[in-house]
Formats: sequence, structure tokens, C-alpha cells
Amino acid sequence: MSVAEIAPPAATPARVVRRAPPVHTEPAGVRIAIIAVALTFLALVIGLPLVLVFVQAFAKGWQAYVAALVDPDALAAIELTLIVAAISVALNLVFGLVASWCIAKFEFPGKSFLITLIDLPFSVSPVVAGLVFILLFGSQGLLGPFLQDNDIKIVFALPGIVLATVFVTFPFVARELIPLMQEQGTAEEEAAISLGASGLSTFFRVTLPNVKWALLYGVLLCNARAMGEFGAVSVVSGHIRGLTNTMPLQIEILYNEYQFAASFAVASLLALLALVTLCAKTLLEKRIAKDH
Amino acid sequence: MTIDVVGVSKRFKSFTALDNVSLHVRSGELVALLGPSGSGKTTLLRIIAGLDWPDAGEVRFDGEDALERTVRDRNVGFVFQHYALFRHLNVFENVAFGLRVRTGKDKVPDATIRAKVEELLHLVQIDWLADRYPGQLSGGQRQRVALARALAISPRVLLLDEPFGALDAKVRKELRRWLRQLHEELPVTSLLVTHDQEEALELADRVVVMGHGRIEQVGTPSEVYDNPATAFVHDFIGETLALPTDVRDGRLYAGDKPLALDSQGVADGPARLLARPHDVDLADPDAAPFAGRVLAVRTFGPTRRADIEIPGRNGPVVVEAAVPHQQDLPTGGLIGLVPRRYRVFNANA
Ligand SMILES: Nc1ncnc2c1ncn2[C@@H]1O[C@H](COP(=O)(O)OP(=O)(O)O)[C@@H](O)[C@H]1O
Ligand SMILES: [Mg+2]
Repeated sequence: MSVAEIAPPAATPARVVRRAPPVHTEPAGVRIAIIAVALTFLALVIGLPLVLVFVQAFAKGWQAYVAALVDPDALAAIELTLIVAAISVALNLVFGLVASWCIAKFEFPGKSFLITLIDLPFSVSPVVAGLVFILLFGSQGLLGPFLQDNDIKIVFALPGIVLATVFVTFPFVARELIPLMQEQGTAEEEAAISLGASGLSTFFRVTLPNVKWALLYGVLLCNARAMGEFGAVSVVSGHIRGLTNTMPLQIEILYNEYQFAASFAVASLLALLALVTLCAKTLLEKRIAKDH
Repeated sequence: MTIDVVGVSKRFKSFTALDNVSLHVRSGELVALLGPSGSGKTTLLRIIAGLDWPDAGEVRFDGEDALERTVRDRNVGFVFQHYALFRHLNVFENVAFGLRVRTGKDKVPDATIRAKVEELLHLVQIDWLADRYPGQLSGGQRQRVALARALAISPRVLLLDEPFGALDAKVRKELRRWLRQLHEELPVTSLLVTHDQEEALELADRVVVMGHGRIEQVGTPSEVYDNPATAFVHDFIGETLALPTDVRDGRLYAGDKPLALDSQGVADGPARLLARPHDVDLADPDAAPFAGRVLAVRTFGPTRRADIEIPGRNGPVVVEAAVPHQQDLPTGGLIGLVPRRYRVFNANA
């Protein structure tokens, strides 16, 4: 028997080393150039400002930084921001969950209108949203006389700030949940009720656990926006120092008074929040991918 | 438990998914709902379960109105087409679900739940998977979990929607036999949806053939296979060799040629003569009622088939005939077809 007879066809060993052709056809130089442009752009537009915030915040040293943060007005602003965010996020968590549940799991007339309505805060300028609340609840507003008669303060007080924040941040939770819930369908819920579960029990045992990571993701974004909201809050707050100024408003005031270091010190907290949010968001995205 | 479906109709907007469907299932029976995709099988199953409501008609369990009870109270075990396992619960908790959701005076003690779930996992032969999540299971394993979960509430009616639809052929066959055995061991009445005729014929006590939202025939597997009530059933179940014919004055014609075959009382007009391929003999083209040209001959395993082109009303039609292994059949040649057993149906029916 000759070697030629038992040797595998010549093509066989070649196939082992042959690889699938690359999907991109650009020469390496072009690719590197494109990536470099993108990275430079990101560094200039996002990285550099972020670094500058911290540089400015510490421009006058540690002591000045800490002093700016423990200033009574700054502390009041931080406290107010936390309160507003806590209330708004809690409200939007419930609203968003209920709205997405209705939209994803049921058919009803006016459904597409409701979906459009949820997106409204995204398409309306926050300043306009703020003005609407003034028109409704301000002293010259539609409900103004009634509120005054009953000694209820909404505008230029906590309720107004919360309302404006809730409005602006409403879509975050719902937008995150609707697509996931729609994709998951109603099969598991049907299985649950066929096994004897009540509607409420089905919601808490099946629907909610299935979207918990996406819900947390929505809450995270909602919180970041609630703490950082400027436009709508600026209109309804009245800028009363130590009383109705949230962090973004406080930052603006300090900046306008040429207290740059103090202004950036408060701003650095918001920047920090952004970084934490970003990290948490990245972690959550991996969990959510599993739920799809 | 007996199941009675009486005159059930269901429409989705203008589309009629079920058209006056009536069906009686005896206690302890395993009945297969067989029909092509879109024929309304799932819709009927969902209505029986209480996941959907009919526009008209009645559903009775043991003679009692089931429609006035919600799905929660019907105590029906439902195995969903894609299993619908709870993705965030492990196998054990999936099976335990139906017991865990009982509250108040029906509350099941933990120890009882544990014992029952272990018993069920053992019954469906997946004890060792208790801690896995649905995403970590094969199709066949998921199917078993879905079944165990449905059985946990001790249902007296078991409804299965294409339980083997997503599995590969070999696993299907295995599970099929196993399910039949399980049905024998449990005191349940089972209704199984499938579009796979082999599955239905092999598994079920009786087969309900559905088409276009209507029941075409109900019978034992051999009844529906050997004596199809309609052309639809003949076409859908088993292989069919359809020959175009006409009935004139109560006699059967192939084109203008009168045939020495029984028209079986079919009214005048275009008709189809349907036969199983193995009931059609090959013969000399001049002596046979039908003749055509051999286009191709194929052999696979024990079967041998020939594509034969015969003239039809609106141009030639190609039929697939059975060819005995020893017979030499040159392509391009003429061959005659002699149906031994056949059914004649109105072509418009
Ligand atoms: N919820 C629904 N809305 C509209 N049409 C539906 C709905 N459910 C089923 N149908 C239609 O009813 C017909 C029967 O569906 P189905 O019972 O699922 O058929 P099968 O299970 O036999 O494949 C299909 O044509 C399907 O498109
Ligand atoms: Mg179906």
C-alpha cells in the first residue's frame, strides 16, 4: 500500500488552519484611526469635564472642600435632594410598575394613548413641565385660590418640587419594564393561576420576581435623574436658600456668586453619584440579559 | 371526571377559531386533539381550562357547569406548549408552586409540600434536578417539570398542549410511551393537543381530528385511519394518493374515460378519489383506470415511492405511488394505477 493511498486529501490539513474571513474589510490603519477618534472624542467631551469637576472642587484644598459641604445651606440642599429623590423614586416605582403591568399584560381601549402619555415627560422640556405646575398650583394658578384658602403650599415648597421631579422621572421605570414584560408574555402568569394562585399572589410570586433586576435598573436611572433634575425644579422651587434649594440649584447659586470651589464641591457629589450609577448600571445590565 | 363540550364557538374579532364544537370525553380516557396548526386546538384546550371563554356553548365537568368557575377553581392541570416554567424558581419550587399558593384553611404544611414534591419528582424521574433552574434544563427535562408541576394540585383533568412539540424525534417517542404509562397509573382524564398524527394515533384512546375550527371526526385511532369521515381527515392522517375524477349520472369518470369504479354515492360534479399508497397497485397503463408518466423513483429504507404525473382537470397533477421493491420502473415510461381500496369525495367539500 503506497503512502499516497492512505494519506488524507491534501485539503484536509489546510482546513484546520483556515479561519473564517474577518467581517470587517477595512485595513488595520483605518480601524485604529476610527477607534482613536471615538476615544479622543469621549475623553474630551465626557472624561475631561468629569476630571475638571474634581480638580475645581479641590482647587482650594481639602479643608475648603469639606467646609463647602458642611455649610448649612449646602447640607440643607443635600437633605432636600435626598428627600425629594426618595419620595419621587418610591412613587414612580409604584406608578411605573402598575402602568407597565397593565400595558404589558392586558388589552384595553386607550392602551396606545397611555404608552404615548408615559413618554410625554421625555418629549417636553422640563422648564415647560415646571411652568405647568405653576399654572396649576401657583397663587395666580387654576387651583391657587383653593389652595390658599385651605393653607396648602405646593409651589415653592416640597410638594411642588416632588411633583415636578415625579413628572420628569416618570418614564424611567415604565420604559424599562414594558419591553421586558411584553417579551415575557403572560404564559407564566397563566400557569400560576391555573395552579390556583390569586391575582395578587401571581403578581408577587411570578410577575415581580421576573422583572426585579430591570425594575432596579429603572429605579437607579430614575434616582439619578431625580437628584440631578434642574429645569422643572428650578421653576417650582422659588430658590429659597436653606429651604427649597436642591443640590443642582445650590450649585448654580454658588456658581453665580463666584464661589467656584464651593460650587464644584457640591457638584462633585452629583458627579460621584453619576459614577456609582454607571457602575451599578453595568452590573445590572448583565442580570437583566438573563431575564430576557 | 367526564368532560363535555357542547356547541362551543369562539371568535377573535372576525375570525372564527371554534365553530360549534361538541365533544364528550369519558372518565379516565386519554383523548388526542389532532389537527393542523391554526385549527383551533389550543383555543379549545384553553376554554376547557378556563384560560379563555367561549362566545357560545357550554363546558361541563362531571355534568356540572365549568364555565361559572374560574381557572383557579377548576382544578385542572395544564401543561403549556412552551412549558411556561417559572424562570426564577428552581425545579423544586416550580413543582411546589400550586401547593405554596394555598392559604388560609387550605394551607399546606411545609413537610407535606416537601413530601409531595419529592414524590412527584420521583414519578417523573427527575429527583436529581430539584435544585436546577429552568434555564439549565434540556427540553425533555422541562417537559417533565411542567408535568410534575401540573400534577401537584392533584388534578382530575390533565390538559396538555403539544407536550412534545419542542423535542427531538427520539426523545418524543420515549416520552410518549412514558406519558401513556403515567396516564394509566393516575386517576385522570387527559386531553392532549398535537399536530403530529403518529403521536395521536399511537398514544390516544380516541382521536379528535380538527380542521378550521371544526371537529371533522372523532374515533379510535384505527377508525380515523381506516375510515376517514371526510376528505380532510383522509388527507391529514396517513399518506394519501389523490386522483382527480368526475361524477356524471352517478358514474365515475377520469376525464372522458368511464371508470369501472364505485362512485360511492357522491353527487355529480368534480370529485377526488383518495387512497392510501399501499392500496394502489401498479399495472399496465392500457388496462388501468388511471395512467401517467413516471417522473422519478425514490427508495428510502423499506419504502419505495414514484412520482407519477397524471392528467387532471386543470393541467397535470403529480401523485406519489408505492412501488414494490422487485418492480422495475423506468423513469419517463407510462404506468397504470389501480386503486384497490379507496374513498370518493366531492372535490369542493
Ligand atoms: N388571542 C388571539 N387573538 C386573535 N387570534 C387568535 C388568538 N388566539 C388564537 N387565534 C387564532 O385562532 C386560530 C386558532 O388558533 P389555535 O387554537 O392556537 O390553533 P392551534 O392550536 O390548532 O394551532 C389561529 O388562526 C389563531 O391565529
Ligand atoms: Mg396550538
